[in-house]
Amino acid sequence: MTGLNIGVLAVQGDVMENLSATRLAMDDLGVEGVVTEVKSPDQISELDGLVIPGGESTVIGTLSLVNGSLKKIKEKIASGMPVLGTCAGMILLSKKAKDRIVGDMEQPLLDYLDIRIERNAFGRQKDSFEADISLEKIGIPKFRGVFIRAPSVSEAGRDVEILSKIDGKIVAVKQGNIVGTSFHPELTSDLSVHKYFITMAQKGKR
Amino acid sequence: MIPLSGDIGNAKGIIRENLGTVETRRGTTTLKRGFAHMLKNGVVMDVTTVEQAQIAEDAGAVAVMVLDKLPADVRKAGGVARTASIRIIEEIMDSTTIPVMAKCRIGHVYEAQVLDATGVDMIDESEVLTPADEFHHIWKWDFTTPFVNGARNLGEALRRIEEGAAMIRTKGEPGTGNVAEAVIHIKNVNTELRRIKSVYDAGDEQDLISLARELKVSYGLVEETASLGRLPVVNFAAGGISTPADAAYLMTLGCDGIFVGSGIFKSDDAKERAQAVVLATTFWEDPLKVKEAQKMVDERQSMLGLDTKNLELRMQERGSTA
Repeated sequence: MTGLNIGVLAVQGDVMENLSATRLAMDDLGVEGVVTEVKSPDQISELDGLVIPGGESTVIGTLSLVNGSLKKIKEKIASGMPVLGTCAGMILLSKKAKDRIVGDMEQPLLDYLDIRIERNAFGRQKDSFEADISLEKIGIPKFRGVFIRAPSVSEAGRDVEILSKIDGKIVAVKQGNIVGTSFHPELTSDLSVHKYFITMAQKGKR
Repeated sequence: MIPLSGDIGNAKGIIRENLGTVETRRGTTTLKRGFAHMLKNGVVMDVTTVEQAQIAEDAGAVAVMVLDKLPADVRKAGGVARTASIRIIEEIMDSTTIPVMAKCRIGHVYEAQVLDATGVDMIDESEVLTPADEFHHIWKWDFTTPFVNGARNLGEALRRIEEGAAMIRTKGEPGTGNVAEAVIHIKNVNTELRRIKSVYDAGDEQDLISLARELKVSYGLVEETASLGRLPVVNFAAGGISTPADAAYLMTLGCDGIFVGSGIFKSDDAKERAQAVVLATTFWEDPLKVKEAQKMVDERQSMLGLDTKNLELRMQERGSTA
């Protein structure tokens, strides 16, 4: 197969929205390939790129651990597969997560992206917000950020590039082949972030 | 991108304020419906104590719903059922990292205000509690916190969405341990969706208008829903789910996720059952995995359950004509 094989981790959360945003981004860029829901280690091993959607990070982590997907994703990231994690997806990619109220979490994580996460950093659902943010470093000067019980990055390692901040809090990062966002680009009609991810996957494939 | 059909735009529940120097908006339809989208393919569990909430979170629940009594006990106790104790809701909010929901009585605007002020993540305007207003549901556009409502058919679902509900669940017959009614309700919604879609696809505007009248919903919302071919909000199954196979069955009917009320904490193997229902909901497409989940529970430990045909109290009928 010559086209890209992109997967959306379909354990729990807003899988469909990421599926359609990725599909539309590929169409817009004129990139050939398929976007499918993936759940099992076998499906994941075939991928050129993976999107980990929003949802509850504890649930996605626990259930991906159960069927061996977590281990497979980690192997694939190590071998250079590009990954986009939105909200819960970024939490899963991180090394350590802490809840703003409850404290240190023992939840299963991919332990790859060198950041520490503060879960629910902006508060509960009532404090969820929309705001314009900027990701200049990856060529997106303006983007409508949809933050839902969003996490923030409380510490970032040396190799982590900070892509965006709001009110002093880090809300988007990049480390090599990994992009993580606190917000949900899949809930807006702006495809810029997903397009950036597809471009990464294309370079990886070449 | 998520459907925003029925959005009234400048709702009172939307709050504009600054975060540092950045202008933000809270309580928008994208944020409310988006929250429900994050719960998809998950299980929301009814809990009455901090211990139960912990079991639910550890088992992989996507959220917990705090009640004063489980629906089966509400049914047994009789009397008036009201919103849960705020102190217990707050204790649970302080000890769990997943979203916390709570129920208010149908139409009881001030119980909802209290829950909104408490900061719960979603309010369930629920027929499990005794209705406070026989004629009106809450005008949910006035709130920053999103609402979920029960429905038995498409008309009820769309009327609740028109009032601002960000999520729908089937009513089923709560506290019975019997899924039969939830199955009827989800099938009702699906059948009626197919009906409006076929009329829409045929381009028969006149017929679509009479359907809108029949459903007692604005034409615009019926038209948008028909074009989508599904509800414009996330739709969960609820009412009587007791076993992993129950949960998997409802997922096959096209639900986005599951609410479990009495089924878990009225059983004698709550911890295993909580985990098993989550597994079956996640891997519902794989019968072998659902079998594994079903094997984790013991049918002799399931709640006994009730025949829904001979009930004195049919909670599902509450608020259905409004």
